[in-house]
This record gives sequence, structure tokens and C-alpha cells, in this order.
Amino acid sequence: MDIGAAKMIGAGLAVVALLGVGIGIGNIFATLISAIARNPEAKKDVFGVAMLGFALTEAVALFALLISFLILFN
Amino acid sequence: MHSPLHQFEIEKIFNFSIAGVDLPFTNSALYMLLSVLAVALLVFSSGRSIEKPGVIQVFAEKIFGFIQSLVEENIGQTGQKYIPLVFSLFTFILFGNLFGMIPYAYTFTSQIILTFALALVVFVLITLIGFIKHGFHFFSYFLPPGAPIFMAPLLIVIEIISFLSRPISLSIRLFANMMAGHTMLKVFSMFTISLGVFGFSTIIATSVLIGFEFMIAFLQAYVFSVLTCLYLRDVIELH
Repeated sequence: MDIGAAKMIGAGLAVVALLGVGIGIGNIFATLISAIARNPEAKKDVFGVAMLGFALTEAVALFALLISFLILFN
Repeated sequence: MHSPLHQFEIEKIFNFSIAGVDLPFTNSALYMLLSVLAVALLVFSSGRSIEKPGVIQVFAEKIFGFIQSLVEENIGQTGQKYIPLVFSLFTFILFGNLFGMIPYAYTFTSQIILTFALALVVFVLITLIGFIKHGFHFFSYFLPPGAPIFMAPLLIVIEIISFLSRPISLSIRLFANMMAGHTMLKVFSMFTISLGVFGFSTIIATSVLIGFEFMIAFLQAYVFSVLTCLYLRDVIELH
């Protein structure tokens, strides 16, 4: 196989990890919404934790993105 | 056209050597210096006047109050003495990320060696604090309380690996976020030319992404300091 084509396929495969990240971020915000809906007073406390969880999950997406960028542009 | 990774190249601004050792002043060093100066400006402008606080003073005191509540929530009252550490880590990373958002500026937090050095400082510090506070009792950290004793060999190995991987995960998170974010912006801007007439749609997308990137810049500095606080609490309280 042509090395360029293999690189493209590899970069595409690297971002399959985004599947899990999408589920994870959706889960975090779904839980955040239901938590705030059940107890609106807890919004201040819950929001910070949700943002922390969002950033930690999103970092996984960026690891995958980074790998695919490194494959594509190196 | 440059490749999207061109922005991370370190360039020498002027050469400088002491006794045969090369110590060039690079663009990375320049932005680190700028960031340190900005932090110093915040520190020296706070607590100046009570009647008529300036803009910078209010900003500095807001950040300080934010860090103070963060440390108190996560470590507790005993954590007061770690406020300067968390404050300087937070502001240094925040200004590094924000200065990187200026067009043609260099983002020094996208260098893994810098983020790894920062994370290593935190790691060495928490290990030292653990040993100073608890002596050899600190090793009980690696066995969670209430765990069945026959699980001990497995749990201890897992806990030691998770403890040792902290500086790595802490540094890679910040580095990957900044690097992937900035590369993504450049890749999207490249589409503007290749799409021709429809390029305006990517201009809108890039503008939205820049706003997102500002949020990430703040969020990553916040995550780094929150995790520092959590690690500190772990070794101070030992379970």
C-alpha cells in the first residue's frame, strides 16, 4: 500500500476514540441537567465538578486528535 | 504555506553563551518572561488601595479570591499555606495559554518539556510533603483502608502505578489540549483558502472555535490547579 494512503487511514482510525468521548461528554451534561432539574439550588456546586469532568473527558479526545495530527503532518 | 505544526517551532531571537554553553534566548523564553511579568504585575498591584482600586487590582484580587476558595474547598483550612503555590501555577499557565491566543504569538504551554517540568514540581512536592508529614507511615497511602488483605499485592501495584503516572497525565493533558487546539485552528483556517467561495463558512467556524479555545485556555489552567489541590489533599490527609 502507498505510504501516504496508509497514513490517511491511520489518522482516520486514530480519531475513532471520539466515539467514547462523545458518549462520555453527553453523559456528563445529561447528568448535570437532571441534577440541576431535581435540585436547582445545587447548581453552583455541581457546575464546577461538571466542568472538571468535561475537561478531563475532552482531554481524551484531544489525545486522539493529537495522534492523528502527528500522523498527518509529520 | 507553512504546515499547521510550524507554529510550535522554537526560534532563536538572539544567541547567548556562557563558558561555551549555548543559552539562546528563544521565542518560548520570551513568552515565558512575558507571562512571569504579567503574574508579577498582578502580585504587586494587589492590596494597593482600599478606596480606589484600579482595574488590575480588582482583577488580581478576583483571581486570588477564586484560588483561595478553590484551595479551601479542596484541601480545607489546613491548605492555606499552599495558596501561593496554586496561585502561581494557575496564573502562569493561564497567561501562557492566553498569550498564545494572540495571532503569531508562541504558546509555550504546547511544549511538553515545560508542562512536564511543571507537573514534576508538583509531583516531587507532594511526595516530599507526604514524607515530611507522615514519615514512613506515608507508605500506607498505597493500601486503601478496608481493602481485603489478600487483594493487597494487586492493589499496592495499581496504586503505585497510578501515583507514578500522575506527572505524566498532568503534563500530557495540558500539552495535548494546547497543541491540538492550536493545530485545529490552523487546519480550519487552511480550509478557508481551499474551499474558495465557500470559505466564509469556515471563517465563522474558526471564530466560534477561537471562543472555544479561550474557554479551554482557562479550563486547562483550572484543571491543572484543581488536580494539584486534590493531590495535595491526598498526601496531607492520607485517606
